[in-house]
Amino acid sequence: MFDFLEGYDVLGAFWTTVQLTLLSAVGSLVWGTILAGMRVSPVPLMRGFGTAYVNIVRNIPLTVIIVFTSLGLANVFGVTLGASGDFATMFFRLAVLGLSAYTATFVCEALRSGINTVPVGQAEAARAIGLSFTQVLTLIVLPQAFRTVIGPLANVLIALTKNTTVAAAIGVAEAAALMKTMIENEAQLLLIATIFALGFVVLTLPTGLLLGWLSKRLAVKR
Amino acid sequence: MTEVSVAKDVVAGTSDLVVLKSVNKHFGALHVLQDIDLTIATGEVVVVIGPSGSGKSTLCRTINRLEGVDSGEILIDGKPLPAEGKELARLRADVGMVFQSFNLFAHKTVLENVMLGQLKVRKTDKQKAEEKARALLDRVGVGTQADKYPAQLSGGQQQRVAIARALAMDPKVMLFDEPTSALDPEMINEVLEVMQQLARDGMTMVVVTHEMGFARSAANRVVFMADGRIVEEAVPDQFFSNPRSDRAKDFLSKILHH
Ligand SMILES: Nc1ncnc2c1ncn2[C@@H]1O[C@H](COP(=O)(O)OP(=O)(O)OP(=O)(O)O)[C@@H](O)[C@H]1O
Ligand SMILES: [Mg+2]
Repeated sequence: MFDFLEGYDVLGAFWTTVQLTLLSAVGSLVWGTILAGMRVSPVPLMRGFGTAYVNIVRNIPLTVIIVFTSLGLANVFGVTLGASGDFATMFFRLAVLGLSAYTATFVCEALRSGINTVPVGQAEAARAIGLSFTQVLTLIVLPQAFRTVIGPLANVLIALTKNTTVAAAIGVAEAAALMKTMIENEAQLLLIATIFALGFVVLTLPTGLLLGWLSKRLAVKR
Repeated sequence: MTEVSVAKDVVAGTSDLVVLKSVNKHFGALHVLQDIDLTIATGEVVVVIGPSGSGKSTLCRTINRLEGVDSGEILIDGKPLPAEGKELARLRADVGMVFQSFNLFAHKTVLENVMLGQLKVRKTDKQKAEEKARALLDRVGVGTQADKYPAQLSGGQQQRVAIARALAMDPKVMLFDEPTSALDPEMINEVLEVMQQLARDGMTMVVVTHEMGFARSAANRVVFMADGRIVEEAVPDQFFSNPRSDRAKDFLSKILHH
């Protein structure tokens, strides 16, 4: 019944999806945290940049951003991310860049709502013992903010996992790209779609469960 | 003549720890601090008292620059408060602050709360910081709670931890903004006793409180504020038994009738 799978590297394609997801998750978490820091910073220029970035990037369709990294960054400006000859690696890295840049805006906004749940007294007490702005943010405010937004961040991560399919637009051989190829060549359309749908559920379901559990465990008691 | 005046300046310089010179502050149209002149000597305990909204908290918060001022000057140990930045952070560490709502770091244990400033601001090594934190927690009577989280402690215990956290920075002066007004009555004394001991040990303290027992037994001076001004300053006994201003008389008659 599953003979048609022969000759297709389904696991390999999903492995690419996992790699896209994990690398973009790390990238967007780091960049999103920095953006959130900018948005609450006392320096007006940083606040302005953070606000502008989030409002612009969040509202551009992901496909456009991914295509831009390939057509704009790679073809026009010659950005190759250290993989000039190897197109597969280059487009993979550009996809990670695009996904991170886009997902960071959602991480930033989730974190910012978390920051708003931390009572101002926490930051004041931290300033009063002589901590600098960066220390107050990284030692006191962000750790508490993160714990309150693990749930929303899980949603961002799940959305990111599914959004990696957009990387197919610039030829990254992840799961959705393989599915398209298989659908063109094989007859078992419904079965193929079901396999890929299940594949994504297998990836995202544990994420949701694990982070849900963490969120309960790490909740800050006041 | 010149020699004499220089000598006098030097003496004043060493004994005046906190000096506010014609400090003014507005919140929008509200003039919360109006020409405040206040000098606090090393080792002195000053109680600030006054009706709600008179600017007591704001006064405390300007002394470690949690709030900026519009005009005037604030000196700590002879040095003017710098603008926001690294240097201000360092100076703030010399001014301990205890808040009405404790504000212990909710995601850190009691011990970590008292160690954090030592590690990150004073750059003390970890072992020394822990020893000092444990000693301070013992001193305020919560040594056995070191590994708990703030939410697991009673209000009185939390406030004593907050005092230990401030003391861990070896502050030159401690500010208390209504440290007992969020506490249940049976916990007020355990906190006041710690503060009284601190006063006996010679700590310079500015205490906003309506606890007259504390003011009478521990304070060198009472400062009475109303509508953003310092209306009256006197030794506690004189202030409570024989206030000069009508505002103070009126205020005292209200809190004494409780
Ligand atoms: N951040 C702020 N923005 C605007 N107005 C403020 C702010 N903080 C305080 N005020 C106002 O300034 C005035 C003085 O406030 P402050 O908290 O210093 O009074 P207080 O003497 O400590 O009163 P209480 O006994 O109620 O604590 C009040 O009218 C208050 O509403
Ligand atoms: Mg107040």
